[in-house]
Amino acid sequence: MRRYAALRLAQAAGVLWAAYTVSFLVLDLLPGDPVSAMAGAGADQAGVDPAQIARLRSEYGFDDPIPVQYVHYLGRALRGDFGDSVAGGRPVTSVIGDALPSTLQLVAAGMALAVLFGGGLALAATYTARRWLRQLLLSLPPLGVSVPTFWAGLMLVEIFSFRARLLPAFGNGGLRGLILPAVTLAIPTGAIVAQVLAKSLLTALDEPYIQTARAKGAGRPRIHLRHALRNASLPALTVVGVLVGQLMANSVVIETVFSRNGLGRVTAGAVAAQDIPLVQGVVVFGALVFVLVNLIVDLVYPLLDPRIAAAGGRRWRPA
Amino acid sequence: MSSTLDALGVLDAAPEPGAPERAVRRRAGAGRTVRFFLRRPGLVLSVLVIAAVVLASFWPGLFTSRDPLTGVPAQAFRAPGAAHWFGTDELGRDVYARVVHGAALSLKATLIAVAVSFAAGGLLGLLAGFAGRWIDDVLMRFVDVLLSIPALFLSLALVTALGYGTVKVAVAVGVASVATFARVMRSEVLRVRQAVFVEAARSCGTRWYAVLGRHVLPNAIGPVLVLATLDFGTAVLAVSSLSFLGYGAAPPAPEWGTLISDGRNYLANAWWMTALPGLTIAATVLATNRIARALDGEWGRR
Amino acid sequence: MTDPQETPLLEVAGLSVSYLTRTERVRAVRGADLDVRPGEIVALVGESGSGKSTTAHAVLRLLAPNASLDAGTVRFAGRDLAALSERELRTVRGARIGLVPQDPGVALNPVKRIGEQVAEVLRLHGLATRRTAPAAAVEALERAGMPEPAVRARQYPHELSGGMRQRALIAVAIAAGPQLIVADEPTSALDVTVQRRILDHLQHLTEELGTAVLLVTHDLGVAADRAARIAVMSQGRVVESGPARRIIEDPQDAYTRRLLDSAPSLTAVRARPRPTAPPEPGEPDDVLVIAEHLVKDFPLPRGRTVRAVDDVGLTLHRGRTLALVGESGSGKSTTARMILRLVPPTSGRIVFDGEDVTAAGGAALRRLRRRAQLVYQNPYASLDPRFSIGEVITEPLRAFRVGDRASRAARARELLDRVALPAATLERRPAELSGGQRQRVAIARALALEPDLVVCDEPVSALDVSVQAQVLDLLAELQDGTGLAYLFISHDLAVVRQIAHRVAVMKAGRVVETGATGALFGDPAHEYTRELLAAIPGGDARNGAAGARLLEERT
Repeated sequence: MRRYAALRLAQAAGVLWAAYTVSFLVLDLLPGDPVSAMAGAGADQAGVDPAQIARLRSEYGFDDPIPVQYVHYLGRALRGDFGDSVAGGRPVTSVIGDALPSTLQLVAAGMALAVLFGGGLALAATYTARRWLRQLLLSLPPLGVSVPTFWAGLMLVEIFSFRARLLPAFGNGGLRGLILPAVTLAIPTGAIVAQVLAKSLLTALDEPYIQTARAKGAGRPRIHLRHALRNASLPALTVVGVLVGQLMANSVVIETVFSRNGLGRVTAGAVAAQDIPLVQGVVVFGALVFVLVNLIVDLVYPLLDPRIAAAGGRRWRPA
Repeated sequence: MSSTLDALGVLDAAPEPGAPERAVRRRAGAGRTVRFFLRRPGLVLSVLVIAAVVLASFWPGLFTSRDPLTGVPAQAFRAPGAAHWFGTDELGRDVYARVVHGAALSLKATLIAVAVSFAAGGLLGLLAGFAGRWIDDVLMRFVDVLLSIPALFLSLALVTALGYGTVKVAVAVGVASVATFARVMRSEVLRVRQAVFVEAARSCGTRWYAVLGRHVLPNAIGPVLVLATLDFGTAVLAVSSLSFLGYGAAPPAPEWGTLISDGRNYLANAWWMTALPGLTIAATVLATNRIARALDGEWGRR
Repeated sequence: MTDPQETPLLEVAGLSVSYLTRTERVRAVRGADLDVRPGEIVALVGESGSGKSTTAHAVLRLLAPNASLDAGTVRFAGRDLAALSERELRTVRGARIGLVPQDPGVALNPVKRIGEQVAEVLRLHGLATRRTAPAAAVEALERAGMPEPAVRARQYPHELSGGMRQRALIAVAIAAGPQLIVADEPTSALDVTVQRRILDHLQHLTEELGTAVLLVTHDLGVAADRAARIAVMSQGRVVESGPARRIIEDPQDAYTRRLLDSAPSLTAVRARPRPTAPPEPGEPDDVLVIAEHLVKDFPLPRGRTVRAVDDVGLTLHRGRTLALVGESGSGKSTTARMILRLVPPTSGRIVFDGEDVTAAGGAALRRLRRRAQLVYQNPYASLDPRFSIGEVITEPLRAFRVGDRASRAARARELLDRVALPAATLERRPAELSGGQRQRVAIARALALEPDLVVCDEPVSALDVSVQAQVLDLLAELQDGTGLAYLFISHDLAVVRQIAHRVAVMKAGRVVETGATGALFGDPAHEYTRELLAAIPGGDARNGAAGARLLEERT
């Protein structure tokens, strides 16, 4: 078990390093001149002074050969220093740190709603014996993944804020202000949870061990919850990492729609300003969250699936 | 389902065919195709929606004769009605005409995105799955890294580097899906490569390129094509999200995401400017997902 | 043994079950009648698709969601199970009727401990409390013949062997002390020696407890060994039923007779003349393949290896069949694949027609590919589903650029004719053919290049017995009068006896005994060979009057 955990940790570190490298390659090597963009953003005026560009170039080390730049930046990143945001001049880590709490709140609320409603829908759809009800319930998730998130958010604002005047449309105001953004965020994620869980529940219910349980005289609720759900939740668990990443990325759109402050707004602003250090910080942070969530899933997994513990901790991944 | 049939031996009772029987079978096959669609009105509707989107992007004139760019200021903010099906915007432009003319840009962006991820991902997956060993290891580690960065973040990083514009956004969206395609292609290639019939071909002397071209690729490509259909929907959503955030087509051009973004400012008094373009996007995505599902299973099990 | 006048414990009358598919209603069981008396073993025999499994499951009303019980009664201890509510049925399932399912590999919940799964049935029927259940479960496991039951109870299914899993399932079935056990092909997924031990135990246990058994099997030999009475099913009907002895000795129905004739385990020695004497050692021309000291190690994680084949030597002669016999994991398939050079040997030497091909590559390997072919076990997997039969058969010809399109098509028709398939088959797809037809296609493909050697890897074990016999006849016929050599891999000694000139018995990667078929079957030298021979089902029937009658009829 300790060996398995150590292996997983090493892999996680490897993925993070590689994610940093990919973001470095994408942002620093692709065409487009970051310096003039930075100079434009920093000076905040139409004309850009060539002397200032030259100063920026050497300040950011753009005159050095690429490998030298890479080693330099990587060394700083390892010490937790992703440089300063071009637009605000503050360290990237503190910009992200300040914006994070509000986004974490949003993501946590969205995830909770998604699991609650998506999981509930999957259970209800596979449990009911009424064909029409099952068809109806199973037709909802495809709808959920087909709707543009930002549009769903705007429609909810239109209905619940402008028409019914029940909930605030914009801003960070407390729990009431969290409801609409969290629901919007939960729609596509909950739809995926429902689809994955319903599919694996149906697969599990078709397995011969379910027939063994029926032959023992077990009733439907017991078979559904004690036998099928336990097995079906395993494949569903493997997509959690992807879903958390997706929720975080979607916060860019949601926070723009609801004018909430948070990591998403910061990201949108950084892209618009071509604030390369900040965008890179966000990308690496996104990978960090994904890696951490998957690390937790990987460590919990052997506790839930004895077969994995025996196989030295290799689990299958979703295609 | 089919496994039950197999167990019953129903499929085993294959009759010996003769020429007349074959003709009967072909006619029965046509009948079955008709019945297949008649039982699935949703699928028929989906095909019609996609056909309409494709027609609109090539010949918008078939659907509307109005100009999407110039409006009649006196007719600003008209609610949907007989004259303006989707209402008018703040400059009195017909929203329906803008949606119809926007199809071209949106479809172009979507096709570029899908083509990028299909070509790059498919090639990576094919190479990894067929070459195996260290090539597989290296490529798949790379794919793991791409997967660890949330798709929208990766697209945003690319947009930051490449700049704004429909094509650039499309490429950014396409690159974000490369990893998924590589995964599916590789696992399909591995599955087929381990199939007994592939070893049978090898053991009777077929060379590796013939095995790849005649056995592995044709049998592995199916799920990848299904994924491409599904990804079409995902790409429509991603492209419109980026346009909504303001990284897509420049203002006067009517792109679907941009239309919603424009309408957002008038949400309180002109809901149709947001609602109806959004419904168009949702309908398109829903239709492609429905078709992907049909391709995935139902059609084969017909 | 039982009084024929006694009222039956289970009485199935006029049972009809159908499956609703997307396009039609398939009637799987059509008015089946069957009864089981208390404490009696009744075998329900039939080929795949005969409806025997469906009938057995219908007794417990454990049918697939798309199946419906259309007509008939299932009277069990005075009640009609077909008319009970789901709630009432639950008090019968597990408590009064136990089920031993088909495939022990997948019939246990993978994430629950064995003890927990046995205890569940006791807890459900109020036969144990939370506190007493674990001990009761261990006791049930012990009665089912599980070695070290207390240890096994704490393990998960994947940690047990197939035989132990089946014992766990038997423990589940007997735990609550039911009056009837429905056993659905309980051992067909297991090796023969394990199969025999499990069936012995089940029989012994039910005799001791006075439990009746409805034993579903495709193997008439198993039925003849174990059951007091046999019911034969075909196309959803019970075509014949009666005392086991009477069915075996004096079958009334034509279908039963056909089944008896083709059952390899009941057939003593087929009437096919097979010269059993080995070729003279002094004729080197006759030797086709010599394999010496073959070893194969497979790597395991963390640098360890497992030795699958350990110092195996074989000699194959032209025009002869050498059978490689052993249980799963004995290394017989790996040995054959090394000879075909599909798997590289770790060490050893392979000589094919005088040429050392152990390390052959390039042109030499392609020469070997041309002269040695392979027929696989599963004809559903070995043909590319996208190819037409014509493309399948001509693939080797195309690979070696033999002839042009027209001459290849002509050759394909000729080959189809040789394996007794109509020329119209050429344009069909594998999915449109039955298992036996597909295996004929696979054989035609193997013969396309007129090879010297065909390796047959369990070529009939995926087929029904009556089809098995046809394919074996075909293989023998194709060999007669040609120099074709077969390396025939099988776990089924009864099949081997029908086709092989010489037999090599493998166990745990080693050849333990080699000999001419007649000699090896008549006078096995190795302990393991004797054990394998004893495990062939149908022994009683073979040795008894029935066997004598069958022999008489044939000679």
